Parts: sequence; C-alpha cells; structure tokens
Amino acid sequence: MEIEIRTIITGIFVAMGIFLLIVASIGVVRLPDFYSRMHAAGKADTMGQTLILVGLIIYAGFSLVSIKLIIIMGLIYIINPTATHFLAKAAYVRGVKPWTKGESGVEIDTCYDELCYIKPDREAAATREEKLGG
Amino acid sequence: MYSMFEIAAFVIVLAAVPVLYRLLVGPFVFNRIMAVNVLGTKTVVIVILVGFVYGRPDIFLDIAVVYALINFIAVLAFLRYVETGRLDR
Repeated sequence: MEIEIRTIITGIFVAMGIFLLIVASIGVVRLPDFYSRMHAAGKADTMGQTLILVGLIIYAGFSLVSIKLIIIMGLIYIINPTATHFLAKAAYVRGVKPWTKGESGVEIDTCYDELCYIKPDREAAATREEKLGG
Repeated sequence: MYSMFEIAAFVIVLAAVPVLYRLLVGPFVFNRIMAVNVLGTKTVVIVILVGFVYGRPDIFLDIAVVYALINFIAVLAFLRYVETGRLDR
C-alpha cells in the first residue's frame, strides 16, 4: 500500500480532532461546576469536529463531497454555540449558581425552584457557612 | 489491517462513553440535557467517518446533516419547556 501525501495530511488533522474530542469528554466528567462543563462541551467539541472535517475535505479533493462537507461544517459551527448559549441561559434563569473559589460543596449544581423540588433551607445553609469560616 | 478512518471512529466511540456518567449522575436536568447534546454531536462525526470507511460518502453525509439539525431542534425544544412551563410561548 503506497502512502500518498494527502493521506498523511488527513491523518494529522484527524488525529488533532480526535485529541480535542477526548479532552472535551474528560472535561465534561471531571470539571466541578455546571458552567465549566458547558465550556468544555461547547468549545472543544466544535473545534474537534471542525478539524476532522477539514481533514476529510483535503482527502476528498474537488468534488461534490467537499461542498457538502463545507455546508455541514458551517452548520455545526453555528449550531453548537447557539445550543450552548441557550442551555446556559435556561440554567441561569432557573437559578443554578456558579462555583467560586474557596467554597467546598456549598450550593454547587443546585437550583432552588419548583422544577427541582428542593426547598431552600436557609438555616442549614447558614450553619454550614458558619462552620466553613464565613 | 484496519484503515485510518476505522481506528478514528473506534476511538471516538470510546471517547463518547464517559459522558454517560454525567447522564446518570449529574444532579438535575441541565447536566443531562448537556450530555445528550454532546452524544448527538459525536454521533454526527461517527456517521461521516463510517461513510468514508465504506466508500460511499455521499449518502452518509446527507444522513449526518439531517441528524445534526434534529439534535439541535430537540435540545432547543427541551430547553424551552424547562425554562418556561409551556411550549408555545
């Protein structure tokens, strides 16, 4: 099997795209707050897909397949950040609080709303903040 | 041996599995909607790569475009119901 130059260049782009997709998946699992996970899921996912599709455009050359790939690349570039923005806006309206440095376990990923069926327990939160040093 | 695109599709499937943890655990509904969005966008890439493996990229690209649009509209519909209590305003 002879190795052409376009296969090598395509392999480099696909490898970079796969690396970004793996990083996005690890970020969704390990980051501490909902808004941080949104950063990982929205940005890294979109950029990884774009790199893979650029590699496939180089592989296919000048044909109808390249035009379709350019169309789907433009669509994904517009769609993913829009869905991310709408998700963050809905979470903010519903009361999901961001995580600040120095807090350990106080009001992360909770929303006090009838959607989430948690009633705010002001006394318990006050005693927890007193114990943590305030 | 396996071609380049087969290895790539297999590695992306392996990268899509840890997101299921956020789908099962993730406290409350927003983490779960985000996990579904991530799985949908990874599926688009897997479909395109499978199209190149089998030598017919034309038909699989059309399927990928349709699935990307369906995923987008499904996530927006879920969020519209979660944010306000109703679907029509």
